[in-house]
Amino acid sequence: MSNEIEAIKDPGLPAHVHRKADTDPAVANRAERQVATMFGVSAFGTVLLIVSYVFVPQDKFIFIPVMGNQNAHQLGLGLGMAISLFFIGLGAIHWAKTLMPDTEVVAQRHEFRSPDSDRKEFVEAVKSGAGAAGLGRRSLIKRSLGAALGLSALSPLLLLRDLGPLPKKEFETTTWKSGTYLVTDPGNRRIKASDLEVGAVAQVLPEIDDPEHRKLSDIGKDAVLLIRLRPQEFNLEPEKLAMTHDGIIAFSKICSHMGCAVALYEQQTKHLLCPCHQSTFDVTRGAKVIFGPSARPLPQLDITIDSEGYLLARKPFSEPVGPSFWERNSQ
Amino acid sequence: MTIEAGLGTVANYVDERTGAAAWMKKNLQKVFPDHWSFLLGEVALYSFVILLLSGTFLTFWFDPSQREVIYDGGYAPLEGLKMSAAYASTLHISFEVRGGLLMRQIHHWSALIFMSAIVAHLLRVFFTGAFRKPREGNWIIGIGLLTLGIVEGFLGYSLPDDLLSGTGIRIAEAIIQALPVVGSYLSYFAFGGAFPGESFIPRIYTVHVLLLPGAFLALITVHLMLVWYQKHTQYPGPGRTEKNVVGYPLMPTYMAKAGGFFFIVFGVIAFLSAVASINPIWLYGPYTPGQISAGSQPDWYMGWLDGLVRMAPPIETHAFGHTISWNILIPGLIIPGILFTGMALYPFIESWITGDKREHHLLDRPRNAPNRTALGAMSLTFMLVCLINGGNDIIATHFSLTINQIMWFTRFGVLILPPIAFVVTKRLCLSLQRADRDLVLHGRETGTLLRLPHGEFVEVHEPISPEKTYLLTSHEQAPALELPAVDAHGVKRAGGLRNKLRARMSIANAETVTKVSANDLKEIEHH
Repeated sequence: MSNEIEAIKDPGLPAHVHRKADTDPAVANRAERQVATMFGVSAFGTVLLIVSYVFVPQDKFIFIPVMGNQNAHQLGLGLGMAISLFFIGLGAIHWAKTLMPDTEVVAQRHEFRSPDSDRKEFVEAVKSGAGAAGLGRRSLIKRSLGAALGLSALSPLLLLRDLGPLPKKEFETTTWKSGTYLVTDPGNRRIKASDLEVGAVAQVLPEIDDPEHRKLSDIGKDAVLLIRLRPQEFNLEPEKLAMTHDGIIAFSKICSHMGCAVALYEQQTKHLLCPCHQSTFDVTRGAKVIFGPSARPLPQLDITIDSEGYLLARKPFSEPVGPSFWERNSQ
Repeated sequence: MTIEAGLGTVANYVDERTGAAAWMKKNLQKVFPDHWSFLLGEVALYSFVILLLSGTFLTFWFDPSQREVIYDGGYAPLEGLKMSAAYASTLHISFEVRGGLLMRQIHHWSALIFMSAIVAHLLRVFFTGAFRKPREGNWIIGIGLLTLGIVEGFLGYSLPDDLLSGTGIRIAEAIIQALPVVGSYLSYFAFGGAFPGESFIPRIYTVHVLLLPGAFLALITVHLMLVWYQKHTQYPGPGRTEKNVVGYPLMPTYMAKAGGFFFIVFGVIAFLSAVASINPIWLYGPYTPGQISAGSQPDWYMGWLDGLVRMAPPIETHAFGHTISWNILIPGLIIPGILFTGMALYPFIESWITGDKREHHLLDRPRNAPNRTALGAMSLTFMLVCLINGGNDIIATHFSLTINQIMWFTRFGVLILPPIAFVVTKRLCLSLQRADRDLVLHGRETGTLLRLPHGEFVEVHEPISPEKTYLLTSHEQAPALELPAVDAHGVKRAGGLRNKLRARMSIANAETVTKVSANDLKEIEHH
């Protein structure tokens, strides 16, 4: 292009302007005192840190405007450390900026590309080296080496096999069986249908023999949310309605999207919301997804009561709970 | 003996045992260009050092175990609760170890600043074109460091095993579980059985404190050695060329500045840690899969991913007895995969479009590379929209909006806003080029009004300095590649569609406002 040829000439580096400290010893001395003061402030910070560590009790709180009640021990340690470090840095930079040379220096760059002769020889050396090994000609060696290298990568993978057991059918099963009682969490007490008022929500777990040692991995599949509505508020297919008991409906609490606990229930709208990704489920329509990324309703647990009125599961979950996985075989 | 003489003795001592005198002399006088934006990478480096120091401190008390314990420490509200040893020991560090809470805060704050500095540094390198030949390899290492940083940060805030971090692990498990064919197996291997199990935290602890820091150290070393060996890029200006580097020598000026800057970064992080408490895990309680807190948020560098997952449409495929969760795979793996691969390959894509295979050591002013700048603005907009959706619950409560409004805004916004950002940024860049041209041709507005004899008012313009004139006209304006479908010999070029695409992109890339030439200036003088 034309303007490339007639580019405006480079006027060169601007002339160096001396700082005051370069020419006036008084200014230089003042700069030295400033740097020393900053290092002094840093030392004060270390003293503050030591005093806070040794003399301020860990449970001492003080009131500081704007910040409110603060732990004096932590604040003293932190501020002391901050001051001691920050002012070393500030002093060093002030020193560099006022008293160390500030003349810009020009160094030359060299193209990384070697002279053509060197390059040619290098490329030739690589080629002839590869040629001497016969990489190009002996394709049997090349291929078998490739296969062997690929296969050898399997051994570390294989050795990682014992990291965990095979999942078998465990993604598809929970502790809930036919006749398992619902117990409160926390508390591990059976609950009666009459314990729940209309509009109430409760987290329940399946009753087990040793509730003291309930495994987190079981809670991660077993957690169920009980919600009581007025029976006429449901808008369910007959078979889903049959799974409720007198307005009490039970859903898996484990989100069908990514497994978070679906814990936010809005009583007015009767919506359940997962706080992780905002999948929203309509309780009156069997936890149908009405918003958000989840693709499936929360699985519903079939519940009933025994002769004394205690709630129990009539059947286990009819589909896997929690997030999807490859082997999952249901809509 | 003076200090100077003492150091001289040391230098002699070192050389007699290594013979490194020539090499050391050259490198102590190595020239580094000065600019505030070159400090961003330094902030990342220094916060990494602070992470190593504070992290080592934390390992002295942290117990990376999911063994169940009954809490009987100093924090009364959690007294008697069942929790993992990991959580209990994090509480112990926070309440009983003197300075422990400060160190936890320093560790977490420096992780946040580490990631911010990496991203800011990446943006500086991108927008100034510092990734061009010969620095493509270092760009890829940088992308590797960014990726590792995201993983390392996630593992780090997962370690305390509080309710919030456990929820994060739950989501990570769901992503693993969603992988076609191997998902449920990988999940069982990673967790040693069903989620959460008792193996995951000890395992990620080893990865967090040994494997990834080792990888970081190796990559950072290569990253810095390349910067050293290839010499730093510099901004354009009078006296600065592709063949030189203008700045301050390493010893003493640059050493004092860089060393001092380390202490400043450390001091600022310590200050933040002292006054602004983050991740108060004692308020969250121990993890259990049946509970959750409202407003669950990851750290900021994971926010865009979370936002993407939140806005994904609810699509799953059920066929032949199998399930594929597109609502997890697309936002959680496929889009991030495309973004990061595209980012890593960008230097090669740009050089393919421009056909430019030369070395570049002078940085571009972003306005002079409108297409690249627009692409950067487009990517940033995409990330920002995702990030906004990642905080949709917090934004909803603070600004009295509904989550649904924000979600629908971002679902459309993530597709519509980035292209708009591209067009607007490109136009802005071209306008800025035009402004530069005007400035060179007509000078600076002085603000002085002049009344002419016939009553007209004009503003007096003043010519700008030759240095500034040079700065505004020194950039290259390469024409588009000429890639006709049929070459000079009448032979049809191979790969027609690819060539067409390349030609189109090259034309778009070469769109500029013609800069002022020496001729233009001469002509003006004649008037």
